[in-house]
Amino acid sequence: MNKKKPLAENATLISILASLLSIVIGLAIGFLLLLILKPSAAAEGMGAMLGTGFSNLDKFGKVLYQAAPLMCCGLSVGFAFKTGLFNIGASGQYTMGAFLALYGAIFLQLPWYVCLLLAMIGGGLWGIFPGLFKALFNVNEVITAIMFNWIAMFLVNLVLANMPLMLASAWGASNSDRTAALAVANKAAIIPKGGLDKLFGNSSWVNISFFIAVVVAIIVWFILEKTTFGYELKACGLSKDAAIYAGINANRNIVFSMIIAGALSGLGGGLYYLAGTIQYVLEKSILSMGFNGIPVALLANSNPLGTIFSSLFISYINVGGAAMQPNFSSESTEIITAVIIYLAAFALLMRGVIGKVLAGKRNKEVKA
Amino acid sequence: MAEDYVIEMLNITKIFPGIKANDNITLQLRRGEIHALLGENGAGKSTLMSVLFGLYQAEEGIIKKDGKEVQIKDPNDANRLGIGMVHQHFKLVECFTVLDNIILGVEDTKNGILQYDQARKKVMALSEKYGLRVDPDALVSDISVGMQQRVEILKMLYRDNEILIFDEPTAVLTPQEIDELMEIMKGFKKEGKSILFITHKLAEIMAVSDRCTVLRKGAYMGTVDIANCTKEDLSRMMVGRDVQFKVDKKPVKLGETILSVKDVRVPSRRHNNDAVKGVSFDVHGGEIVCVAGIEGNGQTELVYGLTGLAKMTGGSVTLCGKDITNARIRDRSKGGMSHIPEDRHKHGLVLDYTLEKNLVLQRYWEPEFSNHGVIKKDAVRKYAERLIEKFDVRSGQGPITIARAMSGGNQQKAIIAREIDKNPQLLVAVQPTRGLDVGAIEYIHRQLVEERDKGRAVLLVSLELDEVMNLSDRILVMYEGEIVGEFDPKKTNVQELGLYMAGASRQGKEVTA
Repeated sequence: MNKKKPLAENATLISILASLLSIVIGLAIGFLLLLILKPSAAAEGMGAMLGTGFSNLDKFGKVLYQAAPLMCCGLSVGFAFKTGLFNIGASGQYTMGAFLALYGAIFLQLPWYVCLLLAMIGGGLWGIFPGLFKALFNVNEVITAIMFNWIAMFLVNLVLANMPLMLASAWGASNSDRTAALAVANKAAIIPKGGLDKLFGNSSWVNISFFIAVVVAIIVWFILEKTTFGYELKACGLSKDAAIYAGINANRNIVFSMIIAGALSGLGGGLYYLAGTIQYVLEKSILSMGFNGIPVALLANSNPLGTIFSSLFISYINVGGAAMQPNFSSESTEIITAVIIYLAAFALLMRGVIGKVLAGKRNKEVKA
Repeated sequence: MAEDYVIEMLNITKIFPGIKANDNITLQLRRGEIHALLGENGAGKSTLMSVLFGLYQAEEGIIKKDGKEVQIKDPNDANRLGIGMVHQHFKLVECFTVLDNIILGVEDTKNGILQYDQARKKVMALSEKYGLRVDPDALVSDISVGMQQRVEILKMLYRDNEILIFDEPTAVLTPQEIDELMEIMKGFKKEGKSILFITHKLAEIMAVSDRCTVLRKGAYMGTVDIANCTKEDLSRMMVGRDVQFKVDKKPVKLGETILSVKDVRVPSRRHNNDAVKGVSFDVHGGEIVCVAGIEGNGQTELVYGLTGLAKMTGGSVTLCGKDITNARIRDRSKGGMSHIPEDRHKHGLVLDYTLEKNLVLQRYWEPEFSNHGVIKKDAVRKYAERLIEKFDVRSGQGPITIARAMSGGNQQKAIIAREIDKNPQLLVAVQPTRGLDVGAIEYIHRQLVEERDKGRAVLLVSLELDEVMNLSDRILVMYEGEIVGEFDPKKTNVQELGLYMAGASRQGKEVTA
């Protein structure tokens, strides 16, 4: 008898294998698309996508910088998944978080860490609504959250348009379609680089946000795996009836879970816009960052620690995708990165396939 | 050929990953006999039938029909060979009429339009011939479980099936309905149809079967003629040892009133009216009070009301002198109530949690298992190991087995371990032995009696009359949301209870404890 645990029963290994396989398939189809769009430049484009992130330290700094908000949104979606909720409202929560962070930074002139706290409050506030509607009236959280994505975007546009002090034009710049640059408005609100810029060849992107996100991921993992609160939340997610039977207040947990998920997305918004390199532009469509949290969570199988790696991957693809220009138009790079990212989210499907293949193999061995 | 076998399953072996579900099993069905298939849970009965019905392919062995080898790759093949099956969980379309359900899959059409007239005539003729009363135009969702089963039987007859498989057909029926079914089965036999009858219930096998094949843990134990054997023989073959049918009980030592239920009303889960319409009774320490009745007469709702799973619309409940009418579930649990729920998969376990996590489902928040909101992993593990040992809960990987991967009997043992170890004043046990094999049933009965002998109050809700008669010190019969009779098990019998359960008799309103 082989004492080792059979491969088919090692869930963690299957999860990781599935995620890797999904990534490979995504990349293959992405390459196929490149071939269709422009055969002559396909190989070069793919090379750019896969090589850019590691090509220089500045780009790698950008990968880290973008990974932080992605990780937060991924944690948000994953956290809600564990409680049995689908938080498709990460985008709205992210937007509200970004807004409150910038409000604190520019209007209230607060330091960065207070602004991050405001970001979490903003996101958490936006998480309450889908949670409450679900708990009190059994309204599907997906519907509420989608509507609140749009409400968040237009609300922020409306408020910003009526707060001239928040806009770049009030701080010596000419454009009034975006918020003020933090370097001009409030240097104390910029997330510190903590010496990382020197490590990364004076990268303008990198700061400590990635490490803040990693710490948050570890905290989320701890809450879910080690605490009674996490025990309750997961029990609600896995079997609401059994949780109720055990005397767990399922409705209260639904609201808490959505608040925390919202706060995580909100923190992502804060981390992204308090870096000082990006200004919030009045948008006409919902920010995609929140939605990218969904594949981040799926690729990580909602495991908070896995989210650290999946967010890095997706950030890497995004940065690489941007480097495919000008060979490919920005639209086609967007399509290709989207294809890769969304195929990566097939990890769940792959897990089933791998499980079956391994089980089948073992079956044959048993028979033999 | 000496014998006239209509179906032969020879040396069937079916392997699932890690387990031999059927190991070299032979089953030969004679033409025109009722052949019982007996075995504990997990003995491989369902697997064997699924092989015959084309749902699984066997790794080894052959199937013969009328002496000729056949291949059965899917249920359509089975159907073509005249094999029909009434599944344990009916496969009916709820929002279709009875007639629609019967013809589903073999509809007559003309230019794409359904031809009902022929079908209706045939169904009515069959219904008449075998005494299978159905209303062809009623919606399946509106008819009783008994009638749903008759629809399933008609489905087989409509397809001219000659070999009829009944998978645990009596589990959902009243004693009277069971008698009726037995008569119907005998009628089929007279018509020359051959019947395979899967069941746990030895009494039913003794009543109708000609022969019985017994399986144990996937292995073939033998085929016996019912005429030449006893219930005890069968159970020994099935379990591998002698089984105690009668539960030994000491005389009742009545204690204080533990549970007092006054005029309780609970809304139905299905319609807008109350399912429990003013029920009152007391349960004392040291006695087992049993609520008997046919499924769907308000027992489930009564338990929901008592345990806090549903809000009551009226009345009051007192537990150990404290009013708990509107108490939260957690407070009821703290106040001394344990609950072995009817649906162990829905309520009793978080199926995707490990066994150890499930064993602390009611207590994870206690200081013993958590410290400032952080779960004490070691304490949980130790506790789980103790319960697993004490209650003999068997599983693949011990405390870290996922509950879903455990057998039904062991899942139930885990629930019982958890609920009993809480040291409750009141133990509410709803159908604690449903779907379990005799060995597990014997064990669970002993646990319940032990609790009673320790002076605790036990409220047992059961549909199994044998269990009711065996265990209880007092029987309350529930019919249409009311308690219609109270009995001493020593002074009543199954027939009398059956009449009350069916609503044919009722005692005066003065029923008190």
